[in-house]
Amino acid sequence: MDVKVTDNRDEVFSKSKEALTPEIVAFIEDCTQKQHPNSHLINVLHKVQGHFGYLGKEQLDAVAQLLQVPTAKVTGVATFYHFFRLEPRGRFVINICLGTACYVKGAERVCERLCDELGIHVGETTPDGMFSLEGTRCVGTCGLAPVVLVNDTVFGEVTPDQIPALIESHIKKAQAMEKESVV
Amino acid sequence: MSQENMVTLTIDGVKVTVPDTMTIMEAAETQLGIRIPRLCYHPDLSIQGSCRVCIVDVKGIPFYQASCAVKVAQGMEVETNNPAIRQARRDIVELLLDNHPRACLTCDRDGNCELQNVAYATGVRERLFAGERKRFPIENTNLAVDRDPEKCILCGRCVRICDEVQGVHNLSQQGRGFHTLVAPAHDACMDDSVCIQCGQCVAACPTAAFTEHDHTEEVWKALADPTKHVVAHTAPAIRATIGEGFGMPLGTPAAGKLVTALRRLGFDRVFDTNFSADLTIIEEANEFMQRFSKNERLPLLTSCSPGWVNFLEKFYPELIPNASTCRSPMAMMSSLLKTYYAEKTGIDPKDIFVVAIMPCTAKKFECNRPELCMPDGTRETDAVLTTRETIWMIKNYGIDLRHLPDGEFDSPLGESSGGADIFGTTGGVMEAALRVAVEKVTGQAPENMEFTEVRAVEGLRERELKVNDELTLRVGVANGLTNAKQLLDAVVKGEKEYHIIEIMACPGGCIGGGGQPYPPEGYRILDKRLLAKRAEALYKIDQGKKVRSSGHNPAILNLYEEYLGEPGGEKAHRLLHTHYAPRLPRGIR
Repeated sequence: MDVKVTDNRDEVFSKSKEALTPEIVAFIEDCTQKQHPNSHLINVLHKVQGHFGYLGKEQLDAVAQLLQVPTAKVTGVATFYHFFRLEPRGRFVINICLGTACYVKGAERVCERLCDELGIHVGETTPDGMFSLEGTRCVGTCGLAPVVLVNDTVFGEVTPDQIPALIESHIKKAQAMEKESVV
Repeated sequence: MSQENMVTLTIDGVKVTVPDTMTIMEAAETQLGIRIPRLCYHPDLSIQGSCRVCIVDVKGIPFYQASCAVKVAQGMEVETNNPAIRQARRDIVELLLDNHPRACLTCDRDGNCELQNVAYATGVRERLFAGERKRFPIENTNLAVDRDPEKCILCGRCVRICDEVQGVHNLSQQGRGFHTLVAPAHDACMDDSVCIQCGQCVAACPTAAFTEHDHTEEVWKALADPTKHVVAHTAPAIRATIGEGFGMPLGTPAAGKLVTALRRLGFDRVFDTNFSADLTIIEEANEFMQRFSKNERLPLLTSCSPGWVNFLEKFYPELIPNASTCRSPMAMMSSLLKTYYAEKTGIDPKDIFVVAIMPCTAKKFECNRPELCMPDGTRETDAVLTTRETIWMIKNYGIDLRHLPDGEFDSPLGESSGGADIFGTTGGVMEAALRVAVEKVTGQAPENMEFTEVRAVEGLRERELKVNDELTLRVGVANGLTNAKQLLDAVVKGEKEYHIIEIMACPGGCIGGGGQPYPPEGYRILDKRLLAKRAEALYKIDQGKKVRSSGHNPAILNLYEEYLGEPGGEKAHRLLHTHYAPRLPRGIR
């Protein structure tokens, strides 16, 4: 019997490499040559999130295998730090400012309306992947309170009733962009 | 070795002089007999200091210190007990309880729970804190080990035993703060994780956050069904521990009383897994001689421990060809019951309900392996009861084991040699194999049947055994998979050569199995004193046996003559051997 037949290491490793980019794989391989490879875990996770926008199950498994850190520890770290996201963000990230000025000017009601219209809670993404809703603290434009950011665009003096139109306009924007890319 | 410096400190007004490597807790306990209450602490695991129950007052430090985690120092003044400390400890435990279900009366660990004991000891009589409680679903559909995360107090003992003793690293704290959950990667259920089902997390847990997957319901149902012929067979290690559940002194052999108890529960036949342990030795010795003569697939790795077999498939798949193809004694016995025994008695195998009584949670997984099922897909071993479940069933029936007369196992699958009894402790399989192998090679039985040099009580042993002038066997014995890794890594890297390696997943072997009784007062899991007492019971039975070598068990010889043919022959192969395959997810070694 050939001893290699039952070894699945190569198969698992090549699948792991496929789940990441060649640059990230090279980075991990570099880390494994260092003195304490597992101490580079957070660094590797940053690279993965930097590229993919989030840490998917496949990517976390791949990091575990290639860095040889137990998967439970990898997911333990990934779920501990708020900075790491386990799910992809939506195409439009809506940030509602919940800082003091926005709050007293009615941000909470705006936030509630956003949740109702999108059908998600703060921190979640719509099933179609279009919108993510996040709460933030003060973007430094308190004069415009309450403030909503959609990706990098700032909307000021937002009222709950403006929300449906705001959402609609971005859906249209996405559709237009898709058409453009088809052309 | 690093030089230990002695330091003098005061504990509760008494001066003690101890090495500076000691913690306050150890100094108080060893020097003054003060047992500071604790939960997350275990002397054989790393220190976590997370439960805060063991707090003490150290003069000059403005807040209480966890005595398990703080080392002694020269001139230190420690108070372990005063009204304020007692109050603080009680508050800490109350806060743990505030985030814990109020389900003691219906809990698996009722009466045997460390949290319950600590709550009583620290004086919690009312529950004054009532806040939000964490909510997690119960996971009770695994094959071997179930979880109830709401009962978890985040002491981390399961995480540490899985990491440090078993090297499986399946568990970790996921998330943070109030929502922290101890779980496998991706919060997967145990069956979908790298878990090897050994159940050491169950043994280590102070509460019932981990438990074995229940099979008692199925067994009660079968016992009450008049169309079923219900047969039990009991593993070697059970006879050493079953008495613990009934307050018998540690290490009291109780096979006879167990047999009587099982008959009273309604089992139609009570056989002995020891019989098939003898059979395993015959098959495995034969397998070894064949490989040895061709010098292939060595070292031979034993395959009795299902936790180890799972570990092999997930962590060391390249060594699968080295594993003995012999089924475990449990699987061999169940296979024979549904073929040989069924034919002999004329009972339809479909009507035979086989209950294996095992010290093990991984056996519950093993019995579901498709390769160990009947051609129609039903299990050969219909149910597996752990020692704990068996104790509970006997108590539930209203039987006090202590007062029962000794019964005898049924014939013919109930006779065994002393070699089978010692299967339940580390080095036992090796020792039983050597008793047979030496005779095979030299033509005469060994003068001294006791190969004490392979009893790896410290966890790991490598030995060279001179069989005769031509042959010296190099053997390795490991219990606890972190120990096993050392042998396996040496084999994988080609650094060392062995003829046979015996591996038992659990510390101490089956006597320390994940399905064994929670240790009695004054003992703890991984406790060498506890394991020594349990092993002693098995060696006592072995010494009392007329036949001590599996090769001389007359019932086995008869079985080959009457039914199986040659060891390693076609029929033996079909009924007594199995195969393994790599299993995903692949573990990180």
